[in-house]
Amino acid sequence: MITININSKNYDLDIDPETPLLWALRDTIGLVGTKYGCGVAQCGACVVHLNGEAVRSCVTKISRAAGQKVVTIEGLAVNDNHPLQKAWMELDVAQCGYCQSGQIMAAAVLLKENKNPTDQDIDDAMEGNICRCGTYLRIKDAIHLAARMQRDGVK
Amino acid sequence: MEKINQDNSRRTFLKSSFLAGGGLLISFALPEMLSAGTGIPDQPEPWNELTGYIKITPDNLIKILNPNPEFGQNVMTSLPMMVAEELDADWKKVIVEMAPHDSVKLGAQFTGGSNSVRMYWKPLREAGAAARTMLIQAAAENWGVPVEEVTTKSGMLIHQKSGRSTTYGSVATKAAALPVPKGAKLKAVKDFSVVGTSQKNVERFKIISGKALFGLDYKHEGMLIAMIEHPPAFGMKLKSFDATETLKMPGIKDVFRQTLFEEGFEQAGFDTRSFNELLVVVGNTTWEVINARRKLKVTWEAAGETKNTVGGRNGASTVSIPGALESTTTQLEQMKQMAAKPAQQLRKDGDPETAFKNAAQIIERTYNAPFLAHNCMEPMNFFAHVTDDKALFVGPLQAPGWTEPTLAKLFNLKSDQIEIQMTRMGGGFGRRAYGHYLAEAGLISKKVQAPVKLVYTREDDMTYGIYRPMYTATYRAALDKDKKLIAFHVKGGGIPEHAIHANRFPAGAVDNYLAEGWQIASNITIGAFRAPRSNFNAAAEQSFLDELAEAMGKDPIDFRIELLKRAKENPVGKNNEYNADRYIGVLELAREKSGWNKPENKKYSRGIAAYFCHNSYAAHVVDIVMRDGKPYVERVTSTIDCGVVVNPDAARNMVEGAVVDGIGNAFYGKLSHKDGAGEQKNFNQYRIIRHSEAPKKIDVHFVKNELDPTGLGEPPFPPVFGAVANALYRFTGNRHYDQPFLNPIGQGQGSSDNKKAF
Repeated sequence: MITININSKNYDLDIDPETPLLWALRDTIGLVGTKYGCGVAQCGACVVHLNGEAVRSCVTKISRAAGQKVVTIEGLAVNDNHPLQKAWMELDVAQCGYCQSGQIMAAAVLLKENKNPTDQDIDDAMEGNICRCGTYLRIKDAIHLAARMQRDGVK
Repeated sequence: MEKINQDNSRRTFLKSSFLAGGGLLISFALPEMLSAGTGIPDQPEPWNELTGYIKITPDNLIKILNPNPEFGQNVMTSLPMMVAEELDADWKKVIVEMAPHDSVKLGAQFTGGSNSVRMYWKPLREAGAAARTMLIQAAAENWGVPVEEVTTKSGMLIHQKSGRSTTYGSVATKAAALPVPKGAKLKAVKDFSVVGTSQKNVERFKIISGKALFGLDYKHEGMLIAMIEHPPAFGMKLKSFDATETLKMPGIKDVFRQTLFEEGFEQAGFDTRSFNELLVVVGNTTWEVINARRKLKVTWEAAGETKNTVGGRNGASTVSIPGALESTTTQLEQMKQMAAKPAQQLRKDGDPETAFKNAAQIIERTYNAPFLAHNCMEPMNFFAHVTDDKALFVGPLQAPGWTEPTLAKLFNLKSDQIEIQMTRMGGGFGRRAYGHYLAEAGLISKKVQAPVKLVYTREDDMTYGIYRPMYTATYRAALDKDKKLIAFHVKGGGIPEHAIHANRFPAGAVDNYLAEGWQIASNITIGAFRAPRSNFNAAAEQSFLDELAEAMGKDPIDFRIELLKRAKENPVGKNNEYNADRYIGVLELAREKSGWNKPENKKYSRGIAAYFCHNSYAAHVVDIVMRDGKPYVERVTSTIDCGVVVNPDAARNMVEGAVVDGIGNAFYGKLSHKDGAGEQKNFNQYRIIRHSEAPKKIDVHFVKNELDPTGLGEPPFPPVFGAVANALYRFTGNRHYDQPFLNPIGQGQGSSDNKKAF
């Protein structure tokens, strides 16, 4: 039995400790906002926060998350109103939308550590997140907008 | 349960299935309420249906069904906008829902060929106008006034004379009982208030909050997970397997061999499939199946030459598929040999042979491009629950109307026994027009007698593809002693198809013109990939024209416009597919908006290209700079003529995406094979453009006119390749003939001999 705190709620999971966190989230717990894209930590669609750090849940064994705090896109903010989520809506970033929860989760760690990221900072932090539709420019604009909202204390 | 005032057993079946399955599939977004953070409203009832696309409750909730599958082109928003425009509904209060497949009520429902807006432009506006007419008629009868005196505004009916007004909802039941009028008058473009305004994606909140939207997110009571172990190489097939260890793994239900199409099964045009003998593993969860697959002991064998039975208008025919294990290097050699042989003539104007004989100078260049994998972010998957008398399919699909007949034949069911529900797609790019994965999922469901979701891993998805073909083309131009273009010749080939559009520019602009094509059969499966054929032609032809302009000492924009003017004023030959004026329009706009000859832009290595496809015109000016010792596309100016732009900001987003996609594929896109096996199996081997490689700025400009909308998803994509090639030439001083430009196909062996040809 593995106990894990996901989005501030405790779960007792009776699953193979080798199971990647991604599939535990999606198949066992039913949180499907975290996406499967490659399974080998190359595309970033599955990024979640493990104790506040961005991790690729497709290569993170559930045993590693045991007793730890996991945050997924569903738990990023109360009422889904994180500045990044608001900025994503404001700039209508998404095309197909599949990669966007991973993009937002990766950007959230960047914004926590860097209140005023430059374009270069964003490129560095987001290089592991593929968007096949090519919405990279809007993602960058949305991160800048969210940073401004965060600095200005817009709730 | 939803109540509809017209008997419709298909819908009832659909709804009950969803409720049983957790009801996640009904796409439901009320922009106002969502942005207020109140979540998703409960489904109200009862709905009164006015035309197949519109439903209204007595409380005046207005629901518009989007007929076409959504794969990121934003039709969930733009198509309902077209209905709302003529219905005169308040867009902010409209509920948008994804329709199920229903070819009787909802038209072709095909996402592809940049068709959604152009195909539905008239029918959806007519549906909106017809419903509005019905509502007016109902109100006029209630009030006892002439219909001419009733007007509408934002979901309200108004009788000015008596000062009366009421909601659409209050008369919806009465209106729904009226016959649907034909030929309702449509608004003039200048009177549009929804179409032509930027409206946000109706599913944006669901996307950013991680709600279940995609096929992979779908869940159903008792659903099992299935995967297919397919041969490691094209040209191989399943011989035998030992599943003893796999079956011992936790959660595994079954392992079996499954034939997809029985011998003689008549395939339709989009029934392409890579492998016919499937080795299926079924289990409880995705991870358990992934894990258990590793324990399979499988023996593969050479498939040898195989036959496909392909249906057609004149009956079935047999197509032979070669059995060789193909490699990219040998394919390039094969293409060179074929290119030297006579080919099929596709178009001929004047006397090109004589013109080339008499030429003062001949310029000849060969261009090559590799197979490309679509690499949709959401790998192929589909849910199926098939029994003897009905079938439910749920998942990401571009062409339900083409897939359903195949499923009907395969499962011996009638069309009304098959329900197909389309989820939002995590990308498509043409790949999801090929519904083999529904057939596979359905067969597996029937075999295990359970609801099943078939899931492809990324590796399955990349190595079991319906790829962009491998292309080559040799372009020749004859110049006279005054450096005037007197003849043009293109000879294109491909594995297994060539890309040539014989009637497109510069056909019509040159007195002596010849287009030829040839192809080499292959067992590597191919299909539509964002702007099929055009995505190669625009690279080769636009690069060649650039080189010609330079040889003639002309500005590349001037040279193109000169040819286009010729095609307009004194066209050569027949069936020229393009409108020269609109072509010139995007070139002139690109010249203006990019500051083409402005001194401040001298710091860039600039390239231009323009192309016509899917009835639209697109040009790009690409600006390359040196960054960390490598070429970097820093800025792009894009000009598009696609007629009326339905949703401008979303349209800009699409063009930006096409530009990024084009740069990525031009620089890096490559799928190569060795002995039939794909050499790229995941994103660590297949290079996709990433954040830092996207331009800093993409400036998008639409030509303003009132022409009926034409395509947009594809047209901006092909000319990116040509503009990148031309900018890269100015950057490196070398022409780049082989794609991908930064890691060319067949590098060091078998690449184009253009140095010698000069």
